[in-house]
Amino acid sequence: VRGLAAGLGAVALAPVAALVALAAILVDKAWPAIRYNGLGFLVRSEWHPGNLYANPVVTAGIRHSPGARYGALPLVVGTLEAAVVALLIALPLGLGAAVAVVRWMPRTVGAAVGFLLELLAGIPSVVLGLWGALVLGPTVAHLVAPLASAVPNVPVLRFLRGPVGAGEGLLTSGLVLALMVVPIVASSARELLASVPTTAVEGALALGMTEAEALRAVSFRWVRIGLVGVVVLAFGRAVGETMAVAMTSGVVLGTTAHNLYGAMTTIAATIVSQLDSAFTDASGLELATLAEAAVLLLAITLAANLLARVLVRQAAPVSLPVGRGL
Amino acid sequence: VGRTSAVAMQPPRPWTTHGEAAAGSIRARRLRNRVARAAALLSVGILGLPLAWLLAGIAERAVPHLGLGLILHTTQGGATGARGAGLANALAGSALVVASVAVVGGTVGVLAGIWLAELAPPRLSGWVRRSIEVLSGVPSIVLGYAGYLALVVGLGWRFSLAAAVVVLSVLVVPYVATTTEHSIAQVPSAYREGAHALGIPETTVLRRMVVRPAMGGITTGIVLALAIGFGETAPLLYTAGWSDQMPHLALLHSPVGYLTYVVYAFYNEPSNTAHVLSYEAAFFLMIVVVVLIAIARLAVRASRRWGGADR
Repeated sequence: VRGLAAGLGAVALAPVAALVALAAILVDKAWPAIRYNGLGFLVRSEWHPGNLYANPVVTAGIRHSPGARYGALPLVVGTLEAAVVALLIALPLGLGAAVAVVRWMPRTVGAAVGFLLELLAGIPSVVLGLWGALVLGPTVAHLVAPLASAVPNVPVLRFLRGPVGAGEGLLTSGLVLALMVVPIVASSARELLASVPTTAVEGALALGMTEAEALRAVSFRWVRIGLVGVVVLAFGRAVGETMAVAMTSGVVLGTTAHNLYGAMTTIAATIVSQLDSAFTDASGLELATLAEAAVLLLAITLAANLLARVLVRQAAPVSLPVGRGL
Repeated sequence: VGRTSAVAMQPPRPWTTHGEAAAGSIRARRLRNRVARAAALLSVGILGLPLAWLLAGIAERAVPHLGLGLILHTTQGGATGARGAGLANALAGSALVVASVAVVGGTVGVLAGIWLAELAPPRLSGWVRRSIEVLSGVPSIVLGYAGYLALVVGLGWRFSLAAAVVVLSVLVVPYVATTTEHSIAQVPSAYREGAHALGIPETTVLRRMVVRPAMGGITTGIVLALAIGFGETAPLLYTAGWSDQMPHLALLHSPVGYLTYVVYAFYNEPSNTAHVLSYEAAFFLMIVVVVLIAIARLAVRASRRWGGADR
């Protein structure tokens, strides 16, 4: 038995080893870019591979194309903006669905909703992206255009104003992302709410609270920290989604969305769409820079994932769904 | 689920902790309750809407062009408007990759799950479990790029089946391991204890009393891994590469075509044939995912109904 345990243990450690190897490989590849781009990488906006037709030059021991200058600010801002739009939509919907399933639905209907959420979680990212690009984006642009011109030109609201474009941009990406993170919000919120002791909820009802009041005063309070964890988990998910955003955001480099409908890009979408052309940079610096962006993305998502799981465990001994919540 | 009784409660009492939660006349409170319930039920409806819209939107574009040619011909030249282009290479490639992932990732995931549930020393298991959960949060493109650097370039495998399978297996292991662990945890400990009391050897107990009753859940995990494998794109783009020929049965040095590539790369091509192929690939992917998720659900239900353990 001890031999078996050791053998299986070695297998179980393989994913852990993969995680460590992943980080090491990326940091190793990114090292020249980290040194060349410096800390300014986080605050610069340009994305110039430099003159790819000239011979690479060497600065401070690092080969790069003449004039190469990279900044990740638009990528980071775009990633955060898209995630915020997605969360603003997905959180109320997912929380509402979880509450409905736990309190206001017969068990069979609840199971059907669970199946619906699993289907949503299972739809391949590219299929969502295709639908977002062909169907959702143009429809949204068409519907939103008259509203966007009616928005008053005052601070904050100004972001909702202006040209709407053809449907590729922040809003479409945010909507598609919302669909992708809703299942994980709903299923983890459902687990949390179901973990609230029945006696506490029934006690509140017996005191004369309505169900909605009991939800707010007892259930939500009971798992408050866990719900914060759910938000963080959904954020981590939205930040890392790749294909759907690459197909619906417009992927513009070097600038951020000028309004809610503007073309933009995220870290993940930039990596997947720029890798191909990065191979043509003979100095290899663009590949290294994309690896640097990947390290940044990895750090954000791992931190979010870890924090989310710690927070949820504080609230209740439930296990969160992995991945997109299948 | 009980409705609130109509017992009137005098609004805000000085000693209520959550005075504001219980404020207002009983009529206003009931109305608010009804609004809250309507909003919760409505959000379920709102979620169903885009799903139906998506299924319809893809089906509408794909169904009119369905034909036997799709599974008979390869995509060869499809992007440039050739006649008779199909998805044979992508379908075969996807099936090959996913089947291999089920073997590699499935084995690793199931064994890791058994170890976590039964054999791991408690201190180590929490740590490993957490790492596996965190691994599930790694963005798929990051995984794909790292796989490209390590396997395709580093080990010189080039675009190949092996590189794709390794990277995709890393991606599905968390799913398989967690579902395996959970379904083993649901096996009543009385089975195990009874078997131990009868003096049955540990490995037999593990096989017959722990793994077998959990088979339904384990199958579910593997089926879900298949669904994920079919649907992933980013981890494959720079590991499997792309080929418009039928996949060769070679592990290394030979790129493989797959369905999600067609969706991503062909929808932006100028030719109409390419667009149609992209819709058809998306349509196939959706059918596969729906069927696999339905199977996974049925597997759980069947194992629950038949109890599993007493066989």
